[in-house]
Amino acid sequence: MSAPEAPPVAPSSALPRQATGVDRRRAFVDKLARGACVAATVLAIVPLVAVLIYVAAKGIGSLSLDFLTNTPAPMGEVGGGIKNAIIGTLLLVGIASLIGIPIGVITGIYLAELGRYSKFAQAVRFSADILGGVPSIVIGVFVYTAIVLHWGYSAMAGSVSLAIIMLPTVIRTTEEMLKLVPDALREAALALGVPRWKAISSIVVRTALPGIATGVMLAVARIAGETAPLLFTAFGNDAVSTSLTKPIGSLPQMIFTHSTSADAEWHRQAAAGALVLVILILVLNIGARVFIRRRG
Amino acid sequence: MSMMMAQSKSESQPIPVTPPRAAVAPGIKMEAKGLKAWFGKSQALKGIDLPLAENQVTAIIGPSGCGKSTFVRCLNRMHEVVPGAHATGTVTLDGADIYGAGTDPVLVRRRVGMVFQKPNPFPTMSIRENVLAGLRLNGRRPADAAALVETSLRQVALWDEVKDRLDRAGTSLSGGQQQRLCIARALALEPEVLLMDEPCSALDPIATARIEELIHEIGQRYTIVIVTHNMQQAARVSHYTAFFYMGELIEHAPTDRMFTQPSNPKTEDYITGRFG
Ligand SMILES: Nc1ncnc2c1ncn2[C@@H]1O[C@H](COP(=O)(O)OP(=O)(O)O)[C@@H](O)[C@H]1O
Ligand SMILES: [Mg+2]
Repeated sequence: MSAPEAPPVAPSSALPRQATGVDRRRAFVDKLARGACVAATVLAIVPLVAVLIYVAAKGIGSLSLDFLTNTPAPMGEVGGGIKNAIIGTLLLVGIASLIGIPIGVITGIYLAELGRYSKFAQAVRFSADILGGVPSIVIGVFVYTAIVLHWGYSAMAGSVSLAIIMLPTVIRTTEEMLKLVPDALREAALALGVPRWKAISSIVVRTALPGIATGVMLAVARIAGETAPLLFTAFGNDAVSTSLTKPIGSLPQMIFTHSTSADAEWHRQAAAGALVLVILILVLNIGARVFIRRRG
Repeated sequence: MSMMMAQSKSESQPIPVTPPRAAVAPGIKMEAKGLKAWFGKSQALKGIDLPLAENQVTAIIGPSGCGKSTFVRCLNRMHEVVPGAHATGTVTLDGADIYGAGTDPVLVRRRVGMVFQKPNPFPTMSIRENVLAGLRLNGRRPADAAALVETSLRQVALWDEVKDRLDRAGTSLSGGQQQRLCIARALALEPEVLLMDEPCSALDPIATARIEELIHEIGQRYTIVIVTHNMQQAARVSHYTAFFYMGELIEHAPTDRMFTQPSNPKTEDYITGRFG
């Protein structure tokens, strides 16, 4: 390379100062890649926006205060509402959250902070992943044989199946969010003479809380829309019920039965019910976000 | 950077030293005896015997990977926090073995505070909450929290800079300020010993000078162990210096003697910049 007879010219490795063919190609590839990203993003939100518009357009006409505060009218009659389904969904999702969130979050904490590399933790992690891939209808059938066959259809059976469905999401997001917390913070807390449980609960979990809450919200939103497992467990109820031991109605099930009926009025009500469900999930989401921002 | 200065400046001459205070014959606050430490199967400390003088600053120097961090982390039982790590031997604090049966590491850590290489204030806490974190997380409510916050921040010369924004996040401060906040957080617990593992290595020269001043000041009241890569820093802030090499303690002496007439040729090679 640096042989003595080499002429004293600028080394050929110096970068050219003017745009060359390579530079123009690079600019073109850059434009192409950006274009592809934008196109993919638009494609991804088209169905989302389309569904929202469709549901809103079809449902808004049937949406009224009467619709929200009455129980269903018999098929063929005009009027009737979804009070039973709204209360049912709130109760089912509420009880499922009361069961699923603590168990899921604590399991996630165990996996990330305590068990991390243990055989048992590996097994739990594996099971959670498998469970996450099990279709919800299978979980419904499981709860049917485990609970419904012994005690009959009930809100509790519905809540348990929803809780099982939300568990994998809650466990794995909690674990992943805790793993993102730098070890430096754990060490800082321990070095202050803080007991381990306190360092985990007050520093590590606290730091990961926004992420954990986001995961929990996604899980709650998902179970709020679950239909199949409820058919075998909560069964449905046209009357308002708040009993855990009795069958109970729910929005997804109301949407399902109404939209598969032969009645045009019921079809419109199904769309209105869907609109209410979407709004409910939206409110849950926004509420949680506001709550987290306040505390964070 | 200052490492390179130290090397180029003194090719073969020892670094000139002006010790902060002549090392008087002090009591021994902590002492390691036959301290060995492992990460899994690999041994990081091979039997360290080192007394730490009370209310004096001891600097730990040595090339990267020689076990400086491992050593100080054994002094407050933080070493065992690393999965698979363990230590044997004894470390006494006021004569009592902190590795003795029935000794709670949590209680040891309240008496032996620690400042890390990278500033690590709690991101979810304000400046004020960070200072009080050690007490609050231990379930204690200081009688006069405001006064404690002020004295702790004054000790680290941070009060004037942050007194109007105590409710801002601790992480909103500059690196040097964050490190001083972390020192204040440790001091608020009134530890007897303060361990500092390369506390200035992530800081700029001005912030470094401030921390050194601070060590000077609080070094009169606390037993301090400071790990440093920078031999001039060791010379400036410490009364005693210990030189570690490959998991062993090569030499331990008053700082002025260590830097003017090291007794071990390895020490001399290191402080004159021949390796490291
Ligand atoms: N978390 C760890 N896991 C495994 N080995 C480690 C770990 N931390 C340090 N070591 C090893 O222990 C030895 C001493 O490291 P350390 O005490 O960090 O050195 P120093 O602080 O002097 O640079 C090194 O050989 C290092 O590779
Ligand atoms: Mg180190």
